[in-house]
Amino acid sequence: MAIIEARDLNFYYGDFQALKRIHLDIEPNEVTALIGPSGCGKSTFLRILNRMNDLIPGTRTEGRILLDGQDLYGPEVDVVLLRQKVGMVFQKPNPFPKSIFENVAFGPRRQGVRDRKQLAAIVEKSLQDAALWDEVKDRLHKSAWALSGGQQQRLCIARALAMEPEVVLMDEPTSALDPLATLRIEELIDELKRKYTIIIVTHSMQQAGRISDKTAFFLLGELIESGRTGEMFSTPADRRTEDYITGRFG
Amino acid sequence: MNRQANGRIGRLDGTGPADPIRRYRRLRELAVSRLFLLSALVSVLTTMGIIAILAEETIQFLREVSIVEFLFGTEWTALFKNPKFGVLPLVGGTLLIALYASVFSIPIGLGSAIYLSEYASERTRRIVKPILEILAGIPSIVYGYFALTFITPLLRPLIPGMSVFNALSAAIAVGIMTIPLVSSLSEDAMRAVPDNLREGAYALGSTRFEVATRVVVPAALSSIMASFVLAISRAVGETMIVALAAGSTPRLTLNPLESIQTMTGFIVQVASGDIVHGGTIYKTIFAVGMLLFLMTLVLNMVSRAIVRRYREEY
Repeated sequence: MAIIEARDLNFYYGDFQALKRIHLDIEPNEVTALIGPSGCGKSTFLRILNRMNDLIPGTRTEGRILLDGQDLYGPEVDVVLLRQKVGMVFQKPNPFPKSIFENVAFGPRRQGVRDRKQLAAIVEKSLQDAALWDEVKDRLHKSAWALSGGQQQRLCIARALAMEPEVVLMDEPTSALDPLATLRIEELIDELKRKYTIIIVTHSMQQAGRISDKTAFFLLGELIESGRTGEMFSTPADRRTEDYITGRFG
Repeated sequence: MNRQANGRIGRLDGTGPADPIRRYRRLRELAVSRLFLLSALVSVLTTMGIIAILAEETIQFLREVSIVEFLFGTEWTALFKNPKFGVLPLVGGTLLIALYASVFSIPIGLGSAIYLSEYASERTRRIVKPILEILAGIPSIVYGYFALTFITPLLRPLIPGMSVFNALSAAIAVGIMTIPLVSSLSEDAMRAVPDNLREGAYALGSTRFEVATRVVVPAALSSIMASFVLAISRAVGETMIVALAAGSTPRLTLNPLESIQTMTGFIVQVASGDIVHGGTIYKTIFAVGMLLFLMTLVLNMVSRAIVRRYREEY
């Protein structure tokens, strides 16, 4: 049973249609990679899933996008609650100019967790899940900005995990990182999918191939093809998919 | 071959054939750099001159009045027979105005900065921000009349026991005048906070209010605090409003409903009256002016130190 279902989904920035009749199912506890050249709509699709697009004036969504059977754009939906269920990690690590502890505790605090012990437990658990605990446990109250880029990105993952989300969205999470830091994040993603559903936008075909169970290929706002990553990479159904994953354009 | 290669570039030491354009450019460069140096020197020398005169007259004054009496005396009766020169009532009046003015300027200024930076649409901001900045451009004498002829008559029926000349009305006017200082500087600082921090906070399920108060304001805190100090410093030095509306009764009090006198107010009173050049009273205004200068200097240094100490690099 899919956790996210997109049905005839259209999305507009003003007059510009960025997504055209997207039809896509995303399975729980899997890694789904969204690939395609720049401007193809993959990040736009990702940002529909936690309604980050709401922050951009003049945007409009048509069709249906269901999370666990509920319409994300339904009139009853509280985006604050939605974003607690659907966490997000950004392209450039964006820790707050606060301590490591306060970064991870940020979400739980907004949800009203006040108890010091409880917060400390959440912070430790989240940092462990993000494979960062051992590196930072002795300097939790130092600034997050003193961490390396890769550590900052894992901190941002920990920050998202502290909300206990169901789905974690990742928008090119390793594009600002060096190869070693990228490897650590990829290993982490593989761990995380046991507990979370992960949707990752990536520019790297190799990365999609290494870490994803399912891949969706976007081009000019259309979903060209989606399927099991292994099958899609070995026997793409559409010529354009083949051209893209073999590096003929993009 | 060699000669030709040399000839292609020409001589770089300028000893080649005379070139009027090159000579003109060189002279202009020299003249202009001297001219700019001169402009910079004018303000530096003026400042030094002012400090020198302040210091000289202050020293003269301190020959006649002991520094202990001046700094710690609680009675200021400079214009009476058997004058007493304890400056504390004037300092107290100044601080009273600054305190009550910041009670208005800081919350309202910060509130409008948060509104403009985090809530207002681009269109609203383009309209509202210049209007707010006009507030800072209104001459302070106008605020003085505004305090005396509008604020005081408005408040007196509401607050029993309020004098015609009182600290509160003047402080409100000073507060209104310094709102744009706080709002403009704070808003600039908040707008400089990168959007990816806001996105990060929204993605964690924050409301707009939480994004503003938990992420943007803390990230911009150093500049916001500095704007507070500058507003206080401006209130300390404000003259016309307090001279017109706050009265001329040097009094050490926390009650803003009474008539008081500030340091600047006293200087205006003496400087615009007929006093003997070189007399003790004449010298008092320099001593008071010196003290005022030192106070605002310290405040401005505090504000710079805050910015440097707590600056967050984005």
